[in-house]
Amino acid sequence: MQRGTGTMTATRRKQLYREYLGHYLTFACAVLLIVITLAIVVFIALQGLATFFANHINPWQFLFSTRWQPDRPLSEGGPLVGTLAFTVGSIAVSLLAVLIGGPLSVVAAVFMVEIAPGWGRKVLQPAIEILAGIPSVVYGWIGLSLLVPFLRHELHTLGFSLLAGCLVLAVMIIPTVVSLTADSLRSLSRDLKEAAYALGSTRWQTISRVLLPAARPGIMTAIVLGLARAFGEALAVQMVIGNTRNLPASILSPMTTLTSAITMDMGYTIPGTAWNNALWSMSLLLLLITFGFIILIRLVGRGRVYR
Amino acid sequence: MAQPKITINNLNFYYGSNRALKDVNLEIEAHAVTALIGPSGCGKSTFLRTLNRLNDLIDGARISGEILLDGQNIYAPEVDVVALRKRVGMVFQRPNPFPMSIYDNIAYGPRIHGITSRRELDGIVERSLKAAALWDEVAGRLRHSALGLSGGQQQRLCIARLLAVEPEVVLMDEPSSALDPISTLKIEELIHNLKEKYTIVIVTHNMQQAARVSDYTTFFLNGEMVEYDETEIIFTKPRDKRTEDYITGRFG
Repeated sequence: MQRGTGTMTATRRKQLYREYLGHYLTFACAVLLIVITLAIVVFIALQGLATFFANHINPWQFLFSTRWQPDRPLSEGGPLVGTLAFTVGSIAVSLLAVLIGGPLSVVAAVFMVEIAPGWGRKVLQPAIEILAGIPSVVYGWIGLSLLVPFLRHELHTLGFSLLAGCLVLAVMIIPTVVSLTADSLRSLSRDLKEAAYALGSTRWQTISRVLLPAARPGIMTAIVLGLARAFGEALAVQMVIGNTRNLPASILSPMTTLTSAITMDMGYTIPGTAWNNALWSMSLLLLLITFGFIILIRLVGRGRVYR
Repeated sequence: MAQPKITINNLNFYYGSNRALKDVNLEIEAHAVTALIGPSGCGKSTFLRTLNRLNDLIDGARISGEILLDGQNIYAPEVDVVALRKRVGMVFQRPNPFPMSIYDNIAYGPRIHGITSRRELDGIVERSLKAAALWDEVAGRLRHSALGLSGGQQQRLCIARLLAVEPEVVLMDEPSSALDPISTLKIEELIHNLKEKYTIVIVTHNMQQAARVSDYTTFFLNGEMVEYDETEIIFTKPRDKRTEDYITGRFG
């Protein structure tokens, strides 16, 4: 029998069949994922843009006005859907959360990887994983039952506030930032550490002058991802932030965020109305800001570029 | 003969229960190049790393015996390891510049040891790069990343970075094994020039290199120091049969 050409054995045919089956199956899954993502983006975009095309709201006012009266009758000039207070709220609460949670997480990651690797792996790592696994409603509830009353009694304010929101969020982003920072520290070559020690560096000098700067792209990515997570969180924030539709006067005043405003209102609006469409526009705004974060992550992930 | 720079007495080294160095006794002369040769896994790199206590970083490492640097035991409890490593510097097998500019790499050592004056640092950077024969190649781009240099340049940068802290002893762990022949030649020339000021201990896999650069050679096998003598004697009339087998390529 001639080998290799012409005749194809049954085994070989079966192999080929499986080869193509596997190929097309994985390809189909990939296509499905892309289609789902695109469908969601297109749907949100169409719904979100209706505010401007169907309801003729000025996009400038949507973005930069703080007047929110989506049910104002046409006789009085029509609905007003300025979302500046929500956007400012989202940005303020996420930035403050990162400002509090970020440094804490980076220090925890340094401790876990460089200072007490054994103890860190046995105790801190599982603790962080548990923290990551707690559902956001539980965080919100803890904030509502402990943090809000505490702030009310200690500071004689309403309790529901920007401060409460960012403290809850700070705890929620810790797992993300710690894990990613720890990964980026662990990925550094052993050579770097040895080079630093061999030049007579103390451990602190090695960490602060060599390891942290070398891990900086990874740490920046961790921080931006933490920021994105804080920005997108709705439930826990909504439970402690107070949900008043004003620009916050201080860190102790109640306010609201884009996500929180959407969840508060979505049940009460009728599809097709300006109010409902405005909520979709806010979703679109969230989506665009998230895209911005992803681009930012790609940029900082590339690391510092020297001339 | 003058007092040796480093005296090693009955040195044993253990990784957990594995005895990696067995009763090593050796004297390392000042202002000379001492080469450590031997097959892979013979303990020569481990031995080198006991001299600046870099093995301290390894969990479960244990040591017995003593290593005297200018007569003082570097494993004595009162010894400041950071100060020791400033006196006994090291160049590694793979070039390991920090991910910073060329200037900041060289200035790193002086800075952590307390020098802040810009003018002083400029001087040290220039002197160190000149001593490592790299100045002419990088003078115009000190602010560029050290990672943009070629492998051979990176290794000379690491040597310059080391010289900037003004060590007394320079340990080299196969410093040219990752480099091309021309870069290797430059490193060897450099070693030759450096021995006037420094005591150099070099681990090498390459026996021609040991023969070219060193004044004394030590042969290690299975954690034991088999033979130590002037390089010329080791390579022409070794006393131990195992040394002869190794240098003539019968094993290893």
